[in-house]
Amino acid sequence: MEKINVTSSYRTKKIITNIFVHVILAILSFIWVFPVMWIVMTSFRAEQGSYVPYFFPKTYTLDNYRRLFTETSILNFPRMFMNTLIIAIFSCLISTIFVLSVSYCLSRLRFRFRKTFMNMAMIMGLFPGIMSIVAVYYILKALGLSEGAMIRVALILVYSGGSGLGFYISKGFFDTIPRAIDEAAMIDGATKWQVFTRVTVPLSKPIVVFTILTAFIGPWVDFIAAKVICRAEAKYFTVAIGLWNMLEKEYVQAWYTRFAAGAVCISIPIAILFVYLQKFYVNGMGGAVKG
Amino acid sequence: MEDVKFLKAIKDGDMLTKLSAVVLGLGSIARGQIIKGLLYLGIEIGFILFMMNKGIYHLQRFMSLGGRQQEKVWNEEKQIFEYIAGDQTVLMLLYGIFVFLFILGFILFLVASVRSSYAAEIDIKEGRKPLSFIEDVKSVFDKKLHLLLMTPPMIGIVTFTLLPLIYMISMAFTSYSIKGEKLTIFEWVGLDNFKEVFTLGSEIGKSFWGVLVWTIVWAIFATSLNYILGMILGLVINRKDTKWKGFWRFCFVLSIAVPQFVSLLVMRTMLQQEGAINIMLRDIGILGAGQSLPFLTDAMWARVTVIVINLWVGIPYTLLQVTGILKNIPEELYEAARVDGANPVTIFWKITLPYMLFVTTPYLITQFTGNINNFNVIYLLSGGAPTPVGSTAGKTDLLITWLYKLTVDKQYFNIGAVIGIITFIVLSIVALVTYHRTGSYKNEEAFM
Repeated sequence: MEKINVTSSYRTKKIITNIFVHVILAILSFIWVFPVMWIVMTSFRAEQGSYVPYFFPKTYTLDNYRRLFTETSILNFPRMFMNTLIIAIFSCLISTIFVLSVSYCLSRLRFRFRKTFMNMAMIMGLFPGIMSIVAVYYILKALGLSEGAMIRVALILVYSGGSGLGFYISKGFFDTIPRAIDEAAMIDGATKWQVFTRVTVPLSKPIVVFTILTAFIGPWVDFIAAKVICRAEAKYFTVAIGLWNMLEKEYVQAWYTRFAAGAVCISIPIAILFVYLQKFYVNGMGGAVKG
Repeated sequence: MEDVKFLKAIKDGDMLTKLSAVVLGLGSIARGQIIKGLLYLGIEIGFILFMMNKGIYHLQRFMSLGGRQQEKVWNEEKQIFEYIAGDQTVLMLLYGIFVFLFILGFILFLVASVRSSYAAEIDIKEGRKPLSFIEDVKSVFDKKLHLLLMTPPMIGIVTFTLLPLIYMISMAFTSYSIKGEKLTIFEWVGLDNFKEVFTLGSEIGKSFWGVLVWTIVWAIFATSLNYILGMILGLVINRKDTKWKGFWRFCFVLSIAVPQFVSLLVMRTMLQQEGAINIMLRDIGILGAGQSLPFLTDAMWARVTVIVINLWVGIPYTLLQVTGILKNIPEELYEAARVDGANPVTIFWKITLPYMLFVTTPYLITQFTGNINNFNVIYLLSGGAPTPVGSTAGKTDLLITWLYKLTVDKQYFNIGAVIGIITFIVLSIVALVTYHRTGSYKNEEAFM
């Protein structure tokens, strides 16, 4: 009898702990999901204004999305969207080429500036990037890229120009590809260029995809460089500045629900990409969160 | 063709090779590499023309800075005042640095010219034919592939990372600031700005020490709380008896997928005096009508708020990072502890945490430096507020957000540059310590 009592009290204790744990987890997940759901609910809310004292909208509507993409007189969201898309495509192309080239050189080739370059990259990485954004603006101005349509070119260059410094992850990946494969190709008469384009890159599909996607996401979530370089030129705003402006005092009441709709439009693709990229984050992204 | 060092080439080369340092490409032309030699020569001529035309002028202006103010001159003929455009010192500074980079680039070509001449010399001595131009071009795709692949990214890095950095650093030694209206014309001032920042009495100095201390306090709290709480969450989710593990993880990770500027801006609107949270608290009767909690308006409240909200941002990252490692902790360690009657809290402090600290120190330090530079959370959430009247820095401003305000909003460019350099120094110290630590860790075999 004694024994049974002990096990049953042990079992009750275990059940209580389990219930406790699940309740806590439920509360915490609610806290984490709440702001996200708040945005989604707001985007479908028919009642305007920045705050309503209830979570579920009284009437649901798709109007916020429709108006976001059709009413373009004050803040032209479709144009911002196109601007960002163009900038993202080009800067992603350039960045990917830069990153893969640098990574391959550092991983496979041995040349005199290699160590110097890697040390330089480390030192430059320690300077806060925001520090030089004003200087970048002056350089673009000196190059004649700070006015009119050239702003798009300027933003492409800003997002992709220094990308060669972000070689760590793909270099790490290239390091894991056995050198024997390269050597076999070279015995067959391949040049190093052919090894790079026909052997290494095709063997590194996951990391190529990773590089492309991270470079593509950049322009959608950056507001710092975009704000400094676009200044008041509303024609060349990217999505991030547009959304930022919708929350300014003069717009927030009228635009809050459309802000939410825009945020959902941007977040869904990024969320999908992120779920895909997650495994790379886990395997050695270091974790510093940058804007 | 061997890879030779420049000094060896100058020392051991013949006259032609030595002269290649003065007349670029001479050695190559003399040895039959005509096209290559002419290219080198062309570069030299171009460089000399550039220096004569612009370079020397810009260098002189760079050394002195200063310049002419905009002037109003009476034009007799037209009977009007005419404005003669003044100088913009900020451009002088930039052009000066451009010229320095040009000179550096030219020196690289000079070295290359001597080396290639020496290589051809050796080839001839050993009875080989020096490489033809076509062979040279081919080698860029094979032996010298790094030249082809590294040059474009290097140009990008130099123009958009290195040049801005040097430019900004040089501003730290000038009087380029809205203070004293030095926005168009300014001079070199040596270390005056550093003195001003470090002096407690000055207006900037008073803010600086406060911001520096808060930055470090913030980084310590943000890093350690995120780390420990994220790890506990990871342990709870990974417990044997926890159901729907994937679902819980998804809920937390979902928040990372939303761009920070969206989620944080929404939080900011919620935390305002008349925002969602205060109104909700009034509705359920915790606050009286018209009362509100000063989430972002009172200094202490704001500091706690940003740290708490940063938990919302950071814990999912920790969760992603530690989940895999937590599963690797040897089960025997736990069993042994349980046999000895240790309770979960003791197990966490005595086994899990030391093990995790051992494995993830580098991660922790990158997190720490990342938090020192955590622009997004502070700028989007509080914007550094509350800001005392007359000060440039708010109570929640980090060095990095203060730097942004100083340069982008307030136009104290020189002080901003000083702050940037100080941030760099703080980060370098942390990084150096990291490398030291990981170096010593490598020698240890394992945790046990």
